[in-house]
Amino acid sequence: MSRVSEALKPNTKMVPLPSDYIVPERDVNEIPVLECRHLGIDFGGLHAVEDFNLTVGKTEIAGLIGPNGAGKTTVFNLLTKVYAPTRGTIMLDGQDTAGMSISRASQAGIARTFQNIRLFSSLSVEDNVRIGLHNQVHCGMMPGIFRTPRYWKSEREFHEKSLELLDVFDMSSYAGITAGSLPYGAQRRLEIVRALATNPKLLLLDEPAAGMNPSETADLMQNILKIRDQFKISVMLIEHDMDLVMGICEGIAVLNYGKIIAKGTPEQIQENPQVIEAYLGKSREA
Amino acid sequence: MTMFKSMSKSARSTFTTYAMVVVAYVIVQILANGGMITNSLTGQLVPICAYICLAVSLNLVVGISGELSLGHAGFMSVGAFAGVVAAACFSSSVPNDALRLILSIAVGGGCAAIAGFVVGIPVMRLHGDYLAIVTLAFGEIIKNIMNNLYVGLDSAGLHFSMTDANSLGMSGGTILINGPQGAVGIEKLSTFFAGFILVIFCLFVVLNLIHSRSGRAIMAVRDNRIAAESVGINVTKYRLMAFVISAALAGMAGALYAMNYSSIVPKKFDFNTSILILVFVVLGGMGNIRGSVISATILTILPEMLRAISDYRMLIYAIVLILVMLVSNNPTLKGAWANLRSRLRGRRGRPKVAAAEAAGDAPEGGDSDE
Repeated sequence: MSRVSEALKPNTKMVPLPSDYIVPERDVNEIPVLECRHLGIDFGGLHAVEDFNLTVGKTEIAGLIGPNGAGKTTVFNLLTKVYAPTRGTIMLDGQDTAGMSISRASQAGIARTFQNIRLFSSLSVEDNVRIGLHNQVHCGMMPGIFRTPRYWKSEREFHEKSLELLDVFDMSSYAGITAGSLPYGAQRRLEIVRALATNPKLLLLDEPAAGMNPSETADLMQNILKIRDQFKISVMLIEHDMDLVMGICEGIAVLNYGKIIAKGTPEQIQENPQVIEAYLGKSREA
Repeated sequence: MTMFKSMSKSARSTFTTYAMVVVAYVIVQILANGGMITNSLTGQLVPICAYICLAVSLNLVVGISGELSLGHAGFMSVGAFAGVVAAACFSSSVPNDALRLILSIAVGGGCAAIAGFVVGIPVMRLHGDYLAIVTLAFGEIIKNIMNNLYVGLDSAGLHFSMTDANSLGMSGGTILINGPQGAVGIEKLSTFFAGFILVIFCLFVVLNLIHSRSGRAIMAVRDNRIAAESVGINVTKYRLMAFVISAALAGMAGALYAMNYSSIVPKKFDFNTSILILVFVVLGGMGNIRGSVISATILTILPEMLRAISDYRMLIYAIVLILVMLVSNNPTLKGAWANLRSRLRGRRGRPKVAAAEAAGDAPEGGDSDE
């Protein structure tokens, strides 16, 4: 039986379609980190996202691009369970995420940053990372209040792990500073550190390079590659900076009006006539 | 002193708060023993302690958890009456006054915690203004329940009724809570020392909670709910946790407060009391625990101090409130104060922090994402 017909059969375990992968040469026998099948959401009569099929393999860096209002952030919100999908399924590392809450999805291994930075701005940099470690280090309310040995052990662990994570982005010297008073670029980096602290399998970055200058963007690219290699996680990013997208993404999906119009390697995307049309419009002769 | 300097910033602040309370207690004790405190002020010592606990506990909800709760007096009331009933029940079985007081306060706190949990479940579905209005309503509901509650104690045990004293079906015994007339003939168990211990206990619970995993989760939800959820924090659980702990501490304070008087009526714990506690919190600074302690103390003493000018007492009180609000929110004065502090510290040098703070046009985390 061919793979395609197997996947269409109801109640059988979903096997990823080779065509869903953005990077064609992936090993299809491996369980992908993320698998979206016929994903869709309606806001009233508007099909904000429609028939979204996408598979992201382990340790892959995937890009999600598209013109403004194409539904990219909506896809992120669907993946992180901010919105419940109207149709379709999302499988995270082989686990169906249907009915999960936002916090449950985080525990299942999905972490994100936000387009508009959302830090705990009145707390210190270290506390921000410690909050990211919430489900990695455990200490109940009572041990916390009555300062049992368990509390001291957990606090030591929080401290060590958060400094370790901050070190990845050379930010441990900022540890005691209020997060809201950090410079813009450092706030973006802190958000990534906080997301990494949740020990994700898939990291979603929503416009990580927004507002950065070219040298900061170059640093960011190196950092994204570094965390992929160091933490062995997959990264999916929304970005308008084409140098970044073409530079580090192994696979790219292009979204327009809520639909995927193209998928492939950076080279394929750059030459795809539909993509060029979505971004630049039709040529007059056509 | 070197040990003090080696502590982290938060540990130092916590230490200062405890030290301040202990020193204030010792000074007041010495003055009282020397007979240098007026009678009216001596009578205020336990209420001051109770109000400090209430302010600290409300600050946990308003300042740390970031929810405006307007029904705090309701939990105080539950604690007060539960404590009074418990004290009467234990009067024969627990002869030791101090132990009986502790048990009664614990019962008061426990009952208020249950009330906080029951109220909290529907309330925690709401946010902002809606939450404030619903807590206000719950405060009134609790007051009205207490207004219609009759509790009696006889050889057969406790009797409850919501209609009148006759329907309690008592054979002898005493009526502990008599509807709108409240509780009468309360044994005066509360002492200033007990109040002091309870203040220390409240500070211990709240300050330790803030610096633990749970406390950080509570503050994360306050700072950015969506981000907190996205890192895997169960938002409802931690909001409810802050609310219930706060209610429990308010109940303990209520029990302490009630057992300082021979009688107490439900009307005492009305909306005005809730607002009074909120004033302590706002004036002391949201999230500033030490500020709550100071403002609760000063604002409870102030009306007593102003007794001399009886007619204008509340007028002066109101003016003082307005002045404090204006002064504490004045950017010029705030700047001058920050300047002075940094200059005092400047000699020892504060390297990275100032540099990093100066480095950035740091935008606030926006709130218009989704």
